[in-house]
Amino acid sequence: MRELLKKFESRLINQGLCEDGHILFAALDDDIFWNKNGSAASLLEEVIAGLNIASILFAKPAEPYFSILNALADKAANGFFVPKDSETRTFFHDIPVTDIFDAQTIIAALRRRRSIYIKDRGIITYGTISPEQAFVVYSSTCFSSYVKFFSDILYGTMLDDAHNDIALMEATRYVQFLSECKDSISLRKGPFTARDEITNAMIEAGNATVHCRLVDSYFGNISYFNGDSIFISQTASSLDDLAGCIDECPLDGSSCAGITASSEFTAHREIYARTNAHAILHGHPKFSVIMSMQCNKKPCEFENECYRRCPEKRWIDDVPIVPGEIGTGKFGLCHTLPPALEKSKGAIVYGHGLFTTGENDFREAFETMYNIEMMCARRYVDLLRG
Amino acid sequence: MFGIRKKREMNGWRGKILRIELSPRSVSFELPPIEMYEKWIGGKGLAGYYIRPHITRAFDDPAMPLCFFTGPLVDTPAPTSGRMTIASRSPLTGTVGDTSAGGLLGTHIKRAGLDGIIITGKSVEPVGIIIQDDDIRFMDASHLRGKPISERMSLIPGEGPVALIGPSAENGVLFSSIMIDGHYSSGRGGLGCVMASKNLLYLRVHGSSKTSVFDDESLRRAREEIMRLVAASPALSGEFGFSNFGTGALLDLVNARRMTPSNNFTETYFPEAGMVNAYRYRERYSTKKTGCAGCQILCKKKGADGSIIPEFETMSHFTALLGNTDIDAVVEANRICNEAGMDTISAAVTLSAYSEITGETLVPKRIIELLEAIAQSKGEGALLKEGSFRYAQRMGKPDASMSVKKLELPAYDPRGAYGMALAYAMSTRGGCHLRAYPISHEILRKPVATDRFSFSGKARIIKISEDLNAVIDSLTACKFIFFAATLEEFALAFKGATGLSATAQELLRAGERIYYHDRLMNSLNGFSADDDDLPARFFTMPGSSGDGIEIPPIDRHAFLSARAAYYAIRGLDEQGHPAEKKLKELGLI
Repeated sequence: MRELLKKFESRLINQGLCEDGHILFAALDDDIFWNKNGSAASLLEEVIAGLNIASILFAKPAEPYFSILNALADKAANGFFVPKDSETRTFFHDIPVTDIFDAQTIIAALRRRRSIYIKDRGIITYGTISPEQAFVVYSSTCFSSYVKFFSDILYGTMLDDAHNDIALMEATRYVQFLSECKDSISLRKGPFTARDEITNAMIEAGNATVHCRLVDSYFGNISYFNGDSIFISQTASSLDDLAGCIDECPLDGSSCAGITASSEFTAHREIYARTNAHAILHGHPKFSVIMSMQCNKKPCEFENECYRRCPEKRWIDDVPIVPGEIGTGKFGLCHTLPPALEKSKGAIVYGHGLFTTGENDFREAFETMYNIEMMCARRYVDLLRG
Repeated sequence: MFGIRKKREMNGWRGKILRIELSPRSVSFELPPIEMYEKWIGGKGLAGYYIRPHITRAFDDPAMPLCFFTGPLVDTPAPTSGRMTIASRSPLTGTVGDTSAGGLLGTHIKRAGLDGIIITGKSVEPVGIIIQDDDIRFMDASHLRGKPISERMSLIPGEGPVALIGPSAENGVLFSSIMIDGHYSSGRGGLGCVMASKNLLYLRVHGSSKTSVFDDESLRRAREEIMRLVAASPALSGEFGFSNFGTGALLDLVNARRMTPSNNFTETYFPEAGMVNAYRYRERYSTKKTGCAGCQILCKKKGADGSIIPEFETMSHFTALLGNTDIDAVVEANRICNEAGMDTISAAVTLSAYSEITGETLVPKRIIELLEAIAQSKGEGALLKEGSFRYAQRMGKPDASMSVKKLELPAYDPRGAYGMALAYAMSTRGGCHLRAYPISHEILRKPVATDRFSFSGKARIIKISEDLNAVIDSLTACKFIFFAATLEEFALAFKGATGLSATAQELLRAGERIYYHDRLMNSLNGFSADDDDLPARFFTMPGSSGDGIEIPPIDRHAFLSARAAYYAIRGLDEQGHPAEKKLKELGLI
């Protein structure tokens, strides 16, 4: 238990979601294990007693998330705010906020949703299985809030000068961060044929993608096609922890062992069928997601369903933006994404993330992802500066 | 209990329970107060409430109730809401015996204006019951005795889904099923024998009045959220998932994880799995989808010729466990079990105990012969019909029975998943994977992956999962959909159907009550820590290591520590018995 807490505490810090010393994390079995002593522990134990859970996480987000969440909390009507990115829409629905830090208030909110923001204090999340759930929900709360804040700025619903200052400062910092982090990335050259070669290349590319924060580690996926099989990251795997989490799926369908393969397997297979690609990388780079949601068409009959039904052909420069939900449903991105990648090395799924391809290896896919995200971040800065 | 209702009329539930007494024949109705529905929800919960006063009776005591219960989501647009619960005391295990059953029966019970049917008494002559909305009739069923299920189905008059027993129940097979519509099995624990003891051969229901719901729009939104998650679930909607390949999709994965019970659980890997996997059935039988009412996953598979394709447990146990690679023989074994009304898991594990004890390798022809002998209670079948535990005891080799509380184990070897090991041992109905269903996180990585070779944290996980599944079986929904959705989304569906504002955590609290109630009923029948245990070989014999995966024996000390942790978390005493304080806290006394 303590090892798991340590693992995910480290991830929160390494991914820039929290600062060291601001994380209170507990896991439960027949006893409670805390990552450290904290003044809020006794209150959180009251919360634990009021819920049927296996872990709880209370942490003050690092900047810019802290300022962003406070800004969103100030604007939240009815005690919650509703991000419109696909992670929130699919898994979280809305995020309750309060400025009351007492056990009963927190219990009431967490009975309804898996994440709550306490204004000026931090995010509280929980898991019913493992501390990893609390980590994932925390991470997604940060991501969703970030996307909502920057989208709202673009849409003019965050008009405060202070908010604009936060946005400009962060977007500028982000561009600088991206510029610097790329220098440390070196990916091996393909093509790859042997299983070990393929998995090592995938592990390397996954680590690079997380290192440059082009995806929260839990989300995204990656695959390689060697002509016979598609090697693909497993569902609920972390791109920076792929060892042992890659499924080999023979194209003749003779084994179902790939039942744990990413929910986007169908989209990957179809992309390989339609293009010369042998590598696919999927991340959730923040500004690609934010810019994909920028649309000023009013009125629009698909206004609340644009993420899955937008009929327009939309682009950022030469990068297509397509609608589509996660998975294989009627509105699944498996129907919209593969055609878009026939003529482009990268495509953004509205409010969700970016898919890029490489003909032989992940170098091209990573480069394309990086360049698109940099272009989107710079475009955002330009828009803010008018 | 839950939030305040805005309307007084009952939505989701029908507010009426039918009592049928077979001796002398009579019917009556009960109109439970809303508070009772709030406390027990429906399905498993409500059935438990009606069984508890009788739980110490023998299963064949005429006063022992046989319950057919639905939940508030049944016959509503909530996804996978076509299921129901059949419950009584298990003839095979002596524990509480409840099973979740698919098909159309639950939907028609609701449409007949009922939340449940309680049957007591014992008919002098073989009898069937036909319910057509308000019309309830007792029918002579003498002509059905001895006939296989499909023939009985064709002879039963009227329309609507039917629950019926087959010849195995009449012949005292202790793992007899109640079959719904011929191939949806209420299989585990032998409830077919309870029905047979009442001389009740079938129950047919046809209802025509739709269940009203509180708020169509909020139910529609809940459904949309749930279906979005289903579409995003590889296990359900992916290319290799249940919708495409059926539950048999699990066979390759479980084998790759080296946890396929083979050779009566002496090995955990089946090298010939590629010859008997779901892909082979698709190729050979040109399978197509089918499933329960109100389901979009459609995990059941039929062949183009109408053959019923076996489920994962049957596929695995009639091959790996018995050393068989003939999938035609598996389809035939499945057909025989369905026609006789026998639980395939218990049947296969009992045959594998027989094989180990006698040293006989069971070729396909012999498997079929023995299944027919069991169903007819003839020859060796007369011994085997009591299940592996009693058979192995009688043969002086009790260790050959791979069962918990006399219920034979499913097709996940516990040496390959320690949460499953604990789940098997703690299950209130015996060796069952569905009470906690830890394969979601130990194998399918949902909602997150857990370390399958560690007991760390598993006691609490199993307890919470049992509570969750008790809610699911009370709503009543399908457990598979919870590979994708959570109680958050189903709480919204519950509110849309009933008008009651229950949060996910409040529903989970109801689940805790319902599951603790099981423990209470079992303790009244003398079950204790000695019964919450696994067969000895899991602690002494390694599994089949390979491909870089070590499958050691389970550490006995670690298992016992996890069990003690489970008791503490569940609020049981050191012997696994309910504690008065917890009973009061949950409103059970």
